[in-house]
Amino acid sequence: MELKNYETVFILTPLLNEAQMQETVEKFRQVLKENGADIIHEENWGLRKLAYPIQKKSTGFYHLVEFKAPGTVVDVLELAYRRDEKVVRFLTTALDKHAVTYNERRRNGEFKSQAKKEEVKA
Amino acid sequence: MSLVNERVHKQENRQKYCRFKKSGIKYIDYKDGNFLLKFVNEQGKILPRRLTGTSLKFQRKVSQAVARARHLAILPYVGDSLK
Repeated sequence: MELKNYETVFILTPLLNEAQMQETVEKFRQVLKENGADIIHEENWGLRKLAYPIQKKSTGFYHLVEFKAPGTVVDVLELAYRRDEKVVRFLTTALDKHAVTYNERRRNGEFKSQAKKEEVKA
Repeated sequence: MSLVNERVHKQENRQKYCRFKKSGIKYIDYKDGNFLLKFVNEQGKILPRRLTGTSLKFQRKVSQAVARARHLAILPYVGDSLK
């Protein structure tokens, strides 16, 4: 099964304390690992203000996971998201080659410095 | 001496260009809120190609990225005085 690059972002309800939040994130990490995904990069944006209230709450814990996996992992992952009521929203996207190079450049901090965030591609 | 008066103002016939092709951007990140704000008007609507002059290929990438950002509550569906 050829490994494809995926990126998933999910938002947890703000009513969690730090421990619960870490444990939920850990749970999804396990789900990924069990299904043969190797996690490339993870980012925790922490508590962020939402552009519009979701489930009557205006903030949420954002978490980003970038991973390489066979195609079957996505359904399993999304099923786990749907089952867990702490996750209020999630989005899994496949990454093409431009996206992968973009993410690498973003990781080594190429875009943070510029005032106008310019995603100049190689 | 030909008295051809310059009817077309310089401003009007400025050639619109696709900023993505010119600056070599290949991927528009849906997670980057303040970059996407440039393609959305005050109410949060996506700016049309005739105003921004972007090519069709990148306009689709912009609209897809904005749609994903809206889903993740990075951009509002209906904003007021967004800028």
